[in-house]
Amino acid sequence: MFIDLAAEFDIRDYLRMEMMPHFLCPGCGHGIALRALLWAVHDLGIDKDRLAVVSGIGCAGRLSAYIDANTFHVTHGRPLAYATGLALARPDLSVVVITGDGDCLAIGGNHLIHACRRNLKITCLMLNNEVYGMTGGQVSPTTSETRITTTTPLGNSEPHFDACMLAAAAGAGFVGREMTRHVPKLKELIEAGLEHPGFAFVEILSDCTEIFGRKNDMGSSPEMMLRQKSELRPSAYRDSVDTPFRPNDLPTGILAKNARPEYGATYRREAAAAAQRGAPR
Amino acid sequence: MNAVDSALTGRTTLKLISGNNACALGAIAGGCRFFAGYPITPSSEIAERLSRRLPELGGVFVQMEDEIASMAAVIGASMGGVKAMTATSGPGFSLKQENLGYAAGAEIPCVIVNVMRGGPSTGMPTRPAQADLMQARWGSHGDYPIIVLAPASVREIFDETIRAFDLAETYRSPVVLLYDQVLAQLSETVALDLTRDPARAERKWASGPRADYRPYAADAAGVPAMSRPGAGYRTHTTGLTHGEDGFPTQNPEAVTRNLSRLFSKLERHRNAIDASAKLHCDDAEVVIVAVGITARAANRAVELCRAQGVRAGLFRPITLWPFPEQALRAAAAGARAVLVPEMNAGQLCLEVERVLAGTRVEGLFRFSGEPIVPVEIAARAAALAQEA
Repeated sequence: MFIDLAAEFDIRDYLRMEMMPHFLCPGCGHGIALRALLWAVHDLGIDKDRLAVVSGIGCAGRLSAYIDANTFHVTHGRPLAYATGLALARPDLSVVVITGDGDCLAIGGNHLIHACRRNLKITCLMLNNEVYGMTGGQVSPTTSETRITTTTPLGNSEPHFDACMLAAAAGAGFVGREMTRHVPKLKELIEAGLEHPGFAFVEILSDCTEIFGRKNDMGSSPEMMLRQKSELRPSAYRDSVDTPFRPNDLPTGILAKNARPEYGATYRREAAAAAQRGAPR
Repeated sequence: MNAVDSALTGRTTLKLISGNNACALGAIAGGCRFFAGYPITPSSEIAERLSRRLPELGGVFVQMEDEIASMAAVIGASMGGVKAMTATSGPGFSLKQENLGYAAGAEIPCVIVNVMRGGPSTGMPTRPAQADLMQARWGSHGDYPIIVLAPASVREIFDETIRAFDLAETYRSPVVLLYDQVLAQLSETVALDLTRDPARAERKWASGPRADYRPYAADAAGVPAMSRPGAGYRTHTTGLTHGEDGFPTQNPEAVTRNLSRLFSKLERHRNAIDASAKLHCDDAEVVIVAVGITARAANRAVELCRAQGVRAGLFRPITLWPFPEQALRAAAAGARAVLVPEMNAGQLCLEVERVLAGTRVEGLFRFSGEPIVPVEIAARAAALAQEA
């Protein structure tokens, strides 16, 4: 029996339909990630008027324009820094950041680690497609070793970042990873991130069929997804199975969670106390 | 509670205050309720003071991970509807340029303080310079309008910081407050009127039905109304070239229409934005043009010249950009020569030459990390008067 988990959810209620058709390539996983986000927003009953989406530059950065919410398409690598100002100034908003692997880990890497450390309530979705797609397929900080890109014609010889380990080590309150193949699971993970009271980092393993897949003879989108699936295991198995290190062996699910105090609430509480006692200046 | 802060609650007796502290107080008086910054000499006192003051007023201070993030956070806060500011110096000002261009292009009000120190690069962090006059105007890529204010005293730093917020809100533009290390850390006795009109300028907010609202459709003043997140408009803001609806476009007609409005936005309000001061220009044979601490020295130089019978005058742009062309032309109309002393290798001089084409313009440049003193300016002015 087929159960439509999304029966109550009509994505068109959350999209700017006048922006359609979208500009993503056939086979791109980013649209699936967008759907999962909007489904999570719907399930949590988040008011579109109170939803603020801040995105950077690149394919992932363009997604904000399609969302019927308060959307901000900012400079390359800086969406977390813009979102920090917005979330501190407007704690009444639900602030979501959509960023890519280059945007978040290369040019924006400093902002990521400090956003994790600061633990301000922002939900950061990093759409990882292993490549700079918008600029034509250059190597990114998450490109697997040996892959061919337009700037690694001999094969990539730099190791890639494990973004979730990085975020967890930097202190993010919530860290999770999922692939676009499991839409309901991805939706649940994003939902858990949105509900987390502090900074939530969610890595979404997307796929770039047209630019990256084509260059590396990885087949069409379904084949790329199946390859991802073969390289991933739910985190539950990670500790119990003793496997040798494989560069593409990435666990999925909720990978780290802690109850560190949220920065904004702490600041406002201390500010109110200081105002009351008329602190020395 | 010290004298300065007590003024905020009604008493206005002040004793001594530095330029940076006057800037922080001006920000509060101007309505600033968000500050993001990064430590850098010689501007850090502004951040330090606001880190204490803002939380008491229900505002937010945050020290970000770098200069780039500070500028980004300020724009983010302003997009949320809160008046916001950052402060920096030389290298930090360079790092802020990309996001400053975003604020100019997306028309997000914000205030950026640049306390000028010696350059290039790390330069002389504790020494004054005036070498960012052109960077303040042209620092980010692409064409864009910007307002730059150049106060010349501690009192004026306070006043111009307030005006910076008013201009930023009124014209939806980034406003740069530019002064040098001497003014930043110089303490002067000033009486600040902190009780004056508490209702400062507010940006025009979107009103009416959502279906009728076009985020970058200009009103009669050429300034579009901004939508506040949460007010139901759910608009898109982007650094890409956009049309009146706020969405990216490369349609040549739409691009030209929006950029033409942007480029002319400040020009059409020149009368309200321009500010300058002049001293003894009416009968001057030599007019000195200077800003900041150099204008203070030039002021004294004019007195020295006059005492010797040399008819010198001073023209001082307070709004540096857009440059007060008309006022300068009027001030220098009768002058046989113009002297431009400045703490750089010749920047203000270029603009003065452009505006006063045909008039003899001489520069007096200093980039040793020392201010130019009145007697040097007076001697050059006197020599010019004799030659001309």
